[in-house]
Amino acid sequence: MIFNRYPWWKNVLVVVIVFVAFLYAAPNLFGEDPSVQISGSSPTIPVDANTVNTVKQALQTAEIKYKTIQLDNHSLLLRFSSNDAQLSAKEKIQHELGDNYLVALNTTPATPAWLKSLGAMPMKLGLDLRGGVHLLLQVDVDSVLKQRIDGDARNISQVLRDNRIRYNGLTRDSANNIIINFRAQDALDEAMHLVSLRFNEFTWTKNTNDGNFILQGILDPAALQRAHQDTLDQAMNTLRNRVNELGVSEALVQQQGASRVAVDLPGIQNATEAKNILGKTATLEFHMVDTEHDVNNVVGGIAPPDTHLYNDHGRPVLLKNDIILRGSSIITATSGMGEDGRSSVDVRLGGGGEGLFTKTTSENIGKPMAVLYVEVKSEPKVDANGVSTIDYHTDRRIISVATIQSTLGNSFQITGLTSQDEARTLALLLRAGALPAPVTIIEEREVGPSLGKQNIHMGIMSVAVGFLLVVVFMAIYYSLFGIIADIALAMNLVLIVALLSILGATLTLPGIAAMVLTVGMAVDANVLIFERIREELRNGMGVQASIHAGYERAFATIVDANVTTLIVAIVLFSLGSGAVKGFAVTLTIGLITSMFTAITGTRAIVNLIYGGRPVKKVAIGM
Amino acid sequence: MEFFKHNTQIDFMAQRNWAALASVILFLLSITSLVINGLNWGLDFTGGTQIQLHFPTTIDVTQVRESLQNAGFKEAVVQNYGTSQDVLVSLSLPKEDKNQSTQSSVAGVDASKDVVVGQLLKALPEAKVQQVDYIGPQVGQELATKGALAIVFALLGTMIYIALRFEMRFAVGSTVALIHDPILILGIFSYFHIEFNLVALAAVLTVIGYSLNDTIVIFDRVRENFRKLRKASPVDVINQSTNQTLSRTIMTSALTLTVCCALFFLGGSMIHGFALALIIGIVVGTYSSIYVAGSLALGLGLTRQHLLPPSKEALDERP
Repeated sequence: MIFNRYPWWKNVLVVVIVFVAFLYAAPNLFGEDPSVQISGSSPTIPVDANTVNTVKQALQTAEIKYKTIQLDNHSLLLRFSSNDAQLSAKEKIQHELGDNYLVALNTTPATPAWLKSLGAMPMKLGLDLRGGVHLLLQVDVDSVLKQRIDGDARNISQVLRDNRIRYNGLTRDSANNIIINFRAQDALDEAMHLVSLRFNEFTWTKNTNDGNFILQGILDPAALQRAHQDTLDQAMNTLRNRVNELGVSEALVQQQGASRVAVDLPGIQNATEAKNILGKTATLEFHMVDTEHDVNNVVGGIAPPDTHLYNDHGRPVLLKNDIILRGSSIITATSGMGEDGRSSVDVRLGGGGEGLFTKTTSENIGKPMAVLYVEVKSEPKVDANGVSTIDYHTDRRIISVATIQSTLGNSFQITGLTSQDEARTLALLLRAGALPAPVTIIEEREVGPSLGKQNIHMGIMSVAVGFLLVVVFMAIYYSLFGIIADIALAMNLVLIVALLSILGATLTLPGIAAMVLTVGMAVDANVLIFERIREELRNGMGVQASIHAGYERAFATIVDANVTTLIVAIVLFSLGSGAVKGFAVTLTIGLITSMFTAITGTRAIVNLIYGGRPVKKVAIGM
Repeated sequence: MEFFKHNTQIDFMAQRNWAALASVILFLLSITSLVINGLNWGLDFTGGTQIQLHFPTTIDVTQVRESLQNAGFKEAVVQNYGTSQDVLVSLSLPKEDKNQSTQSSVAGVDASKDVVVGQLLKALPEAKVQQVDYIGPQVGQELATKGALAIVFALLGTMIYIALRFEMRFAVGSTVALIHDPILILGIFSYFHIEFNLVALAAVLTVIGYSLNDTIVIFDRVRENFRKLRKASPVDVINQSTNQTLSRTIMTSALTLTVCCALFFLGGSMIHGFALALIIGIVVGTYSSIYVAGSLALGLGLTRQHLLPPSKEALDERP
């Protein structure tokens, strides 16, 4: 006799899993509060009781109501009940506290403390559900590699010269190899010995045929890879800094593929400003003005070696190519008004290289120096053959030429900017650090907040309606067993939500679609089992034996059927694009949880109802 | 409740020649449509800019088109999107143009795109921007390649799994059924000129997995019946297995179809293509797993011997 009873531990397991699932899915019911987060722009700026008072007063005078105010770990968090209150509060607070504080828009889960202490958090909503901007930036890593090889080439030639080894030419070819030509064998041997010792990130090979003595250096793949990754890491770091400066606290900056960075800015209001600032590769260069040659002779002719002709507001200026200070030396920058009432940027040095600057300025008092604004612009293009490339070109523009009055120390002021906006952007870019390589926005998706709300609404509606239709149909078709399957189906949704929340996954509209789809697919397992039970009953098998056989025999089929869908879900995941990824993750989770709820879950209930006693008839709708 | 009171005895395999003919015709029609019309590739694959606009009142698409024409947007494609108050404006990527390249390179592509959106809004002062999508040419080309690869890998992966679990003839049969399904979906998308975007691709891949569910359920039963019914011919076995699982096949398909319809009608314009591809896929997939997969396995010479060796199945260990 078969009695269809679960061992006690199996029942306990089911109950525990259900309980935990409800617990971790629960935070999603409480939603999120729009909030504003305040922190100092540098560690020396305190966020303390004084700040709290200032903020409270500012909000009181503006008559903006907040829910709570909370001070912890050098940052201040204010919750509001509406987005409008949050927005106007942010503006008010930023105005009151000034540039030294970062005031960021945020959404904070309204999860009760006891749930939070268990680590339960709601799912994050994707940009398509809450509005925001998604950007995909292509980092021009190759340009950095070229620069690096050029730098190495310069160092090598210096070393060769220092050691009095004569060579004919030293070049970098298009494949980033260094090629040195020598006149004689002994020079080649000597150089080989020297460079393989000093520049061991290259693999050096000698090549002596036809009376040519050539030394070729190839950068090791590992070193190449490291340089590549360093560039990307630095780019991401800079992008993160810039995002922080923009006041978006939940932004996501992550690497995507070998040379791309994805930036997600949820809930952002001014997308254009964000894009302008994120993608900008702008920095400053300080050059001495060449006073040895007459500029007027150069105009229309060729510039003397190591100099370049620039245009300063219509006036030709000849600058030396040597850079005496770069933007990377600047650690803080604030925009303001110069003595003459024009826009200016106050900078403080400390990033390295300021020693040379101080020395150069002290040696050149009374001579003119120029500040160059350097910006790399990029443009994706498709040529006639349909091949897409990105064009880069560098704009160099003089923002000011000034006579050095005295030795310049670690802080000074740059004037000559055309507008207050330009000064502000420049200061922000200098603060956040320069991008190591030019970046191009190659993909952009912007969703307005109202569309996001609409998407959530439609998503929930389609889950609800789809679910309800299936539930009603199952209950009619399979009567009591159908209702049991419905309970499992509901549990499956709870489990999916709980797992997504625990994993910290992001819910997107395709993710919701996957949930709807799993409702349809999860029910398949139960249909398989129930149909099998009916069949066995029709064949005259006893009730308990039929139930047992139904579950046992359908099991392998259910696993087979789900594995193939899982294979597809994994392929989809590797496709890698955000929307499809969310779909794949939710589908995978849904398939796995559905196996548990549809097989183990329904069996536990069926066993409770019918198990352990002789039964003549079952309510399976036949 | 039951749809099939008694064991159905439909002779599916007797109709398999007709079904094969129908499949071949549909398949060829799909290919023809794909060759002639091509696919209406979505923004994800072509690159370009798409702007979704919302108007406070009902708006006539031709009127929007005219305003944009007058404002200089000659190539703008305007279409209704969901409701009568929403329109979708699509702009293709700027092609390499000798006269314009110098002009646009000064502004840079990003600036010029924002300028375009600005100009567009100026031409349509009532409109509110709901959504802006910009896809650069690099991303589009790459996604198209990746998408094609994904379909190939999904087919290969599932084929290997079936070959391991069942038999090579089943694997080939189900894979042909699987190729059949996406081609028919793509054919319908192509014929009706429905936009094929990334989520629609995801749906096609999902259909590959889903359609296999049905096939596997039938194959599982075929294997079981080959062992049980020692005297029956392969045709009878496949027929009987299809009949035994028919009730389940139709139930599951109907239920999944129901939820997909819920998605189609309530999920909003963003996942229209997705839901539609699924709906077509479920219908086609159900048909193909009944006719194409079984018939092909038969056609490839499936006999009892092919399925007997893996008899160490836990499945058969009846208590």
